[in-house]
Amino acid sequence: MAQTQVRPLVEDELPQEPKGEWKKYFTFNTDHKVIGIQYLVTSFIFFLIGGALATGVRLELATPEVDFVSRELYNQLFTIHATVMIFLWIVPAGTGAFGNYLLPLLLGCNDMAFPRLNAIAFWMIPPGGVLLMSSFFINEGAAASGWTSYPPLSLMNGKSGELIWILSVLVLGTSSILGAINFLTTIIKMRTPGMKFNNMPLFCWAMFAASILILVSTPVLAGALILLSFDLLAGTSVFNPSGGGDPVVYQHMFWFYSHPAVYIMILPVFGTISEILPVHSRKPIFGYLAIAYSSLAISFLGLIVWAHHMFTSGTPAWLRMFFMIATMVIAVPTGIKVFSWLATIWGGKLRLNSAMLFAMGFVSMFVIGGLSGVMVASVPFDIHVHDTYFVVAHLHYVLFGGSVFGLYASIYHWFPKMTGRMINETWGRIHFVLTLVGFNLCFLPMHYLGLMGMPRRVAEYDPQFATINTICSIGSYILAVSTIPFLVNAVVCWRSGEKAPANPWDGLTLEWTLSSPPPEHNFPTPPVLKTGPYDYGVRERRGSKKRPISKLRASDILSN
Amino acid sequence: MLGGIALTLFCLWFSQNNHLLPVPASANAGAIDSLFNVMLTIALGLFVLVQGVLIYAGIRFRKRPGDDTDGPPIRGNIPLEVLWTSIPAVLVLGISLYSFEIYSEMGGLDPMASGGTLVAHNHGGAAIAATIDEDPATRDLQKRGAKDNTLAYGVGASRGGMSNADLDVDVMGLQYAWLFTYPDTGVLSGELHVPLDKTVQLNIKAQDVLHAFWIPQFRLKQDAIPGQQTSLRFKPVVTGRYPIVCAELCGAYHGAMRAEVVVDSPEDYDTWMASMVAAVDPADKLTLAAAAGDFTEANPQTMSDRNFLKPYSEEMGVNAKTLQGMSHLH
Repeated sequence: MAQTQVRPLVEDELPQEPKGEWKKYFTFNTDHKVIGIQYLVTSFIFFLIGGALATGVRLELATPEVDFVSRELYNQLFTIHATVMIFLWIVPAGTGAFGNYLLPLLLGCNDMAFPRLNAIAFWMIPPGGVLLMSSFFINEGAAASGWTSYPPLSLMNGKSGELIWILSVLVLGTSSILGAINFLTTIIKMRTPGMKFNNMPLFCWAMFAASILILVSTPVLAGALILLSFDLLAGTSVFNPSGGGDPVVYQHMFWFYSHPAVYIMILPVFGTISEILPVHSRKPIFGYLAIAYSSLAISFLGLIVWAHHMFTSGTPAWLRMFFMIATMVIAVPTGIKVFSWLATIWGGKLRLNSAMLFAMGFVSMFVIGGLSGVMVASVPFDIHVHDTYFVVAHLHYVLFGGSVFGLYASIYHWFPKMTGRMINETWGRIHFVLTLVGFNLCFLPMHYLGLMGMPRRVAEYDPQFATINTICSIGSYILAVSTIPFLVNAVVCWRSGEKAPANPWDGLTLEWTLSSPPPEHNFPTPPVLKTGPYDYGVRERRGSKKRPISKLRASDILSN
Repeated sequence: MLGGIALTLFCLWFSQNNHLLPVPASANAGAIDSLFNVMLTIALGLFVLVQGVLIYAGIRFRKRPGDDTDGPPIRGNIPLEVLWTSIPAVLVLGISLYSFEIYSEMGGLDPMASGGTLVAHNHGGAAIAATIDEDPATRDLQKRGAKDNTLAYGVGASRGGMSNADLDVDVMGLQYAWLFTYPDTGVLSGELHVPLDKTVQLNIKAQDVLHAFWIPQFRLKQDAIPGQQTSLRFKPVVTGRYPIVCAELCGAYHGAMRAEVVVDSPEDYDTWMASMVAAVDPADKLTLAAAAGDFTEANPQTMSDRNFLKPYSEEMGVNAKTLQGMSHLH
């Protein structure tokens, strides 16, 4: 305690931002915080683009007839919508943005293990995204075989669009692999002395599990897509049945990545939720070890359930049964997390700000997706609802109700740290209510559509489903509008919001010991931990150092 | 407390009396609906529990103005954690077993379906030869012999020759229509007619891309895969007309790829079949049956432009003339 080398915190000090500081976000910068924000802003722009595509889809589906776009364009819209949302929004935002921004801060190190590799990984995203969007402007149009791109259809639609799609996904997948190598190395090798695996923040555990999944499964997708491109360009028949190929093999390879991809998209968000709930509940996380190791369990099980996407395909009965049971088992570690989160907020002192509302909204919406997930895991039931709107509803409850709500919660929670400015809470709450209402109005009725017999990926449908589809479309418009208050709020507050103190939420993880935004090389010396990441309430009980929580200082968290 | 009981009762009542599924028109649809109702009951219960905790906590435990203290430092509770690990584990294992039972009841685990070897479907020639043979008995034998070592996927899948269904129908999915061939009579139709209370086995193939054969009222779906045979088996129990929906993206007109299944009383079925047989010119019978034999070799590369483009035309119904045209390819 003799010499405190941690940067002393002066509450109203904002690091001097030299003029032209914004330019660094457009350069090959190796600072993990710059890269994290680059990822976040880029992926959010693609989220808006993907949202616009989705609105196009819903405009078409507002009526049973094909009237808004052509059938061909409709198929392109939902194909690129899904590709953008997965590969250019949730994956880069969850792993790329928050992984890069938070890991070194949470682990107490100065940067990622491989800063240059990190910058390369980011700079593959914009070209990959622009490439994908450019396919709308070529003669044949963009890829139109769904994001699953099943052959033989993907070999028979426009060649150029499909090829661009393959190239783009390969570039984005490579970026994801490079990121994962960096995350794993950083977590294993660069934790500050004294931080063991079993007391690192839960977000690090989640990123550890997600990175393993990326490393194991993404190369298989790359293999499938390269083989598909051979069929497409060179006329081979790996998957093409007209030459003796087997299209079902593609499905296995595709889902070997694409099911774990769901966990790649949700695990980092599980991690941020485990950070956000304790801070705003003022309670330690409930069942730290259970949450930490359930991430690993999900990661392992996530690798052996892929064929549940193929229950109605060429999958023999015994395999259908195996994948059904393996899939059902995932509900157990996921349930552990949900119940632990509920126990964390139970009895706390909940600060219902935008970050907390979105975090609680995440738990609430994700549970619906999880419950319908158990249903579709059951083979006899899935045979009925597979490839219907029930599945569309299920996957959006997981990926929007889950991942996107969680990403919004994370943005609100770390906005002060990232920008040095507070975000407006009133507009944040308006954003939350609009998102919650629009989302449920859009996706809840879809369960019924699927059960009653509406297949997915159709531009026209039975008129008996018209009313409910109109309701869904109205929900989607509300959802589209809900991004406006957020966008305006974020831009205005970033430029001229109230200056943020170092620790606006009184958090105990290491990023809150640094100024907002943190200095370029984070920690002048490796920080030495004095408290665990979730020791809320502990200090007061001990009776020593009784200080109002609002005056929490770096010296309460660190001892140097 | 009372509210909780009322909610639980409401969940139970709702899940047992939901009208979320269309009329169950096949013998096994009822069992699948019961499975759905059980899962819905459990799901609603957990849903209410989680939402209840979130909303209650949001109100009861919200920070009061001026209160800057922390909550109690509770880090865990082993018995509680064991409880919420084991209850979901028991629940999902129960649902798995129940699903297993129903799947087996549906014929999904037909022992005949396993153990076969997957071979390429190149018995089209045998089917043509068989049709030329005038004796139906020999024809069937030969045909079944050719199919015998073929493993098909799907509910009630069995090696072709072992099908002990009352009625076999060959289904062909193509952009953008479904075609039904009745091998016993050589009748070919764009509408599937099946007799009430008889076991029907569909042998499903695809000509061009993946399709999925779905009858929501039967709760049955199976992909049609080019180059492989799949099958579905069911027993229709309610007469009526139901939609046949393509559930696997198959191109621009995927949403328009629909047909109908008509569940007839046995008399109506016989009448329909007789009218279809009468309508088929004896000379056409050969070619039609041949067409039904195997479409898989008719891939787009070898088809004439006219035939390849035919299905894309606005008119979705595929008539006998088109089929005749296709059959010449063999």
